[in-house]
Amino acid sequence: MTVLTLRDLRITYHTTGGGVPAVRGVDLEVAKGEVLGLAGESGCGKSTIAGAILRLLPASTKVEGQILLDGEDILAMSPGKLRAVRWAGASIVLQGAMHALNPVQKVGEQIAEAIVVHGQATEREARVRVGALLEQVGLPTRRIDDYPHELSGGQKQRVMIAMALSCNPSLVIADEPTTALDVMVQAQVLRLMKELQRDLGLSMVFITHDLSVLVEVSDRLAIMYAGRIIEEGPANQVFHDPKHPYTTALAAAFPEIGDARFRHKPSGLGGDPPDPQQIPSGCSFHPRCPVAFEDCTTIDPSLFDAGEGRRAACLLVKGSPVVSAEERA
Amino acid sequence: MAVATPEPQVQPKARSARSIAWTRRRRALAHHWHTYRKSRSGMIGLIVLVLFASVALLAPLLVDPIQLSVVHAPGLAYQPPGPEHWLGTDNFGRDVLSLMIYGSRISLLVGLTATIGTMLIGAAVGIASGYYGGRIDTVLNGVTNFFLVLPWIVLAIVLASILGRSVVNIILVITITSWAGTTRLVRAQVLTVKERPYVERAKALGAGDWHMVTRHILPNVFPVIFANTVLTVALAILAETTLSLLGLGDPNAVSWGGIIEEAFNAASLTAGYWWWLIPPGIAIVMVTLSFTMCGYALDEILDPKLRER
Amino acid sequence: MGSQRYLLRKVLHAVLTLFFVLAFNFYLFRVMPGDPYTLLARSERLSRDQINQQIDALGLNDPMVVQFVNYLRDTLTGELGISVQNGFPVTTLIGERIWPTTLLVGLSTLLSTVFGLLIGIRGAWRRGSTFDTSSLYGSLVLYSMPEGWMGMLFLLLFAGIWGIFPAGGRQSAQQLTGLAHFADIANHLFLPCLTLTLGYIGEYAIIMRSSLLEVKNEEFVQTARAKGVRDRDVRWHHAVPNAILPTLTLVFYSFGFVLGGAIIVERVFSYEGLGSLTYTAIGQLDYPVLEGVFLLSSAAVILFNLFADIMYGYLDPRIREA
Repeated sequence: MTVLTLRDLRITYHTTGGGVPAVRGVDLEVAKGEVLGLAGESGCGKSTIAGAILRLLPASTKVEGQILLDGEDILAMSPGKLRAVRWAGASIVLQGAMHALNPVQKVGEQIAEAIVVHGQATEREARVRVGALLEQVGLPTRRIDDYPHELSGGQKQRVMIAMALSCNPSLVIADEPTTALDVMVQAQVLRLMKELQRDLGLSMVFITHDLSVLVEVSDRLAIMYAGRIIEEGPANQVFHDPKHPYTTALAAAFPEIGDARFRHKPSGLGGDPPDPQQIPSGCSFHPRCPVAFEDCTTIDPSLFDAGEGRRAACLLVKGSPVVSAEERA
Repeated sequence: MAVATPEPQVQPKARSARSIAWTRRRRALAHHWHTYRKSRSGMIGLIVLVLFASVALLAPLLVDPIQLSVVHAPGLAYQPPGPEHWLGTDNFGRDVLSLMIYGSRISLLVGLTATIGTMLIGAAVGIASGYYGGRIDTVLNGVTNFFLVLPWIVLAIVLASILGRSVVNIILVITITSWAGTTRLVRAQVLTVKERPYVERAKALGAGDWHMVTRHILPNVFPVIFANTVLTVALAILAETTLSLLGLGDPNAVSWGGIIEEAFNAASLTAGYWWWLIPPGIAIVMVTLSFTMCGYALDEILDPKLRER
Repeated sequence: MGSQRYLLRKVLHAVLTLFFVLAFNFYLFRVMPGDPYTLLARSERLSRDQINQQIDALGLNDPMVVQFVNYLRDTLTGELGISVQNGFPVTTLIGERIWPTTLLVGLSTLLSTVFGLLIGIRGAWRRGSTFDTSSLYGSLVLYSMPEGWMGMLFLLLFAGIWGIFPAGGRQSAQQLTGLAHFADIANHLFLPCLTLTLGYIGEYAIIMRSSLLEVKNEEFVQTARAKGVRDRDVRWHHAVPNAILPTLTLVFYSFGFVLGGAIIVERVFSYEGLGSLTYTAIGQLDYPVLEGVFLLSSAAVILFNLFADIMYGYLDPRIREA
């Protein structure tokens, strides 16, 4: 059963300098109980997708394609239905350590607000629920009357998680939930999220630029570059046996501690991601690709089959028409 | 096959850090100007100001100073606008349009000079206070906050009464009542800049105070000061008007506020001399509004958060 | 506990500032070169003996320190001197005029704050709309207008040409009571109050608008929206409470400027309050009155700032707990 389906999603921001195509045709599916990791550098479009799922992008943004949540098209919903689906259908965990919590409102009230707004309980009942949620994320119940500034970064992140779970959503989108945290706290929060996902059978989209984090929590991985998905497949396989040169570079940039392979070949990738308004011809990655060849500048590869449940958008992938032609030659 | 002799390679001259920095600044300036031009209100404000400034500078050429003389007044008193006097005449028979043209000089002069004074003192105290910190900051900040608390107009009244009525004194009074506002702004900005990594690095490298202030603090505080300056001129012109309307203006200098004051005293309201009373006010509004719009346009350039997404 | 300490600190600070104001006042009026009291004593209306009497009575022959202590004692017990113009005690003069000015300033401050904030909120929330653009430019124009001149325009229009409102003063010459009296006061109060309100509403609207625009882009507003909260509630329960605190503080801190506007407006409308008292005092070089007004207005501003700090401390949980 599929919880989330993205079909040919195209998102263009409207700015004074013209349209900025942040997402250029993305197809994704998240099955029930599955964790999909979405990785890529800043500006690749992953956070845009996160915002698009609940239609939180600025009003001037053009969103085309289909976003199906539990089978219903988000983009076609009326405002009233949309508000009902927000949080109860899918919720977002943002970087709580930053300003994702209202500074002048108690955290308990903020969590309860979601419950009450969706008519799931009265204010008094909601408060009880909030206490239970706080315990679930490992916070003492007395924190319910605290203000955000009284909590540490890690605690605020736990509050965000509790808030995201408050209306029992079908899907939880985690947008860089651990990026702003210290490494030790990061590990704790990740462990918590893994446990909750397992215990509650949550479906999750986990967005981050840190591949090593994703490998731990995700069942499947999708790598984004310049607004498109360029590789997709089971998490472990994608990480340890990447088919796209970009994935290789990304995986190499975040070594796993203790893995001898990484200790001996640390590597980075030169250059910057392309300006969305000036995407290179052919394969958008070719200017930075260490193994690019002539065809890469003219042919824009789509996602080719690269094995069991795996796809990659690279001309070098076995089974792509170009390679087959070469092999034939 | 003839092979062309290659031209001897000319090595580019090594440039000092100073000249690189200035090239960068010039380029940034060109970029800022380009951004500024996109702001419609900013451009309108700028054009209006250029017009008024031109009139003020060219005043002696446009109007014979003798027109201002009470004794040699060209027309009959209290004349409504007509072909000879486009804005009518005042109680002495002087041409109101000529008075307005000359009035622009004093109004703009007071506004600009008082602002320069305010910015100089405000920047000096603000930078000293923010940069040195510690006891110097406590003292200077205390003085600044004290001046911020004093109601400016009452202080201005008292000072003007004691010092006497002259253009110089008006400029002085406005400066004394305005510097604290600028200081607060500058100090806050200096404190922000002080925390930045390159400042700490310069200090670790052993940079002296003078070097720090002139090469690091000042260039980064300057944009904020500049935008604030433009807004301050608007306030200074309004302040001059207010003081004139309290009878504290220079009786010998014609300023727009002064014209309004004289018109009011001659019972223009009841007698209906609207041509004498209204134009100076409109001029003040136009100039003040223009400075304000320019100031906001500059603010937007400096603080990207304010710009439209 | 923390809030008590905060309160105490702010009150002490206010008292200290007040003391410095007193000292500064003393310096201005007694110590500055060409000091007004000597000038006063040399006024031509008094004979030699009377002048000497005055100098002695005013203690101008005593050493500075003694003068200062006497001055402190006098001021704090309400002894503010005698007006030069009419011989009345300054305290009496101020006393009979303080209510009209409080009414004028209080009412216009309330109106300009409430409406200014509402306009700013609406403009920011619907940025780029017709309302926003027109209210923004309207605010800028009002901000650029000298209040005195604006008052004159209103007088010209409403009183001179159309004759709807009286041409000045606080009340009619006839003795009215009850409802008629109330209506009369309101009638005379309308234009000055309108002028003073419009004079500052623009500024407050602009400040509120900027503040809300900044807050609107904060992440927690996104979170609220993502939770399915209605736009109206996002605005009033999340965005505005965060944007309004710094705005209100700025509004309170600008009270000193409102007082300035009040002086001019009272003069233009011949409204018998502290403002017109000050104006006539300027013309007559009535330093005791000016001194009294200076003290009173400074104290009022200090009080307002203190009130702003207290309000902020009470409403912002981050300060409350500190």
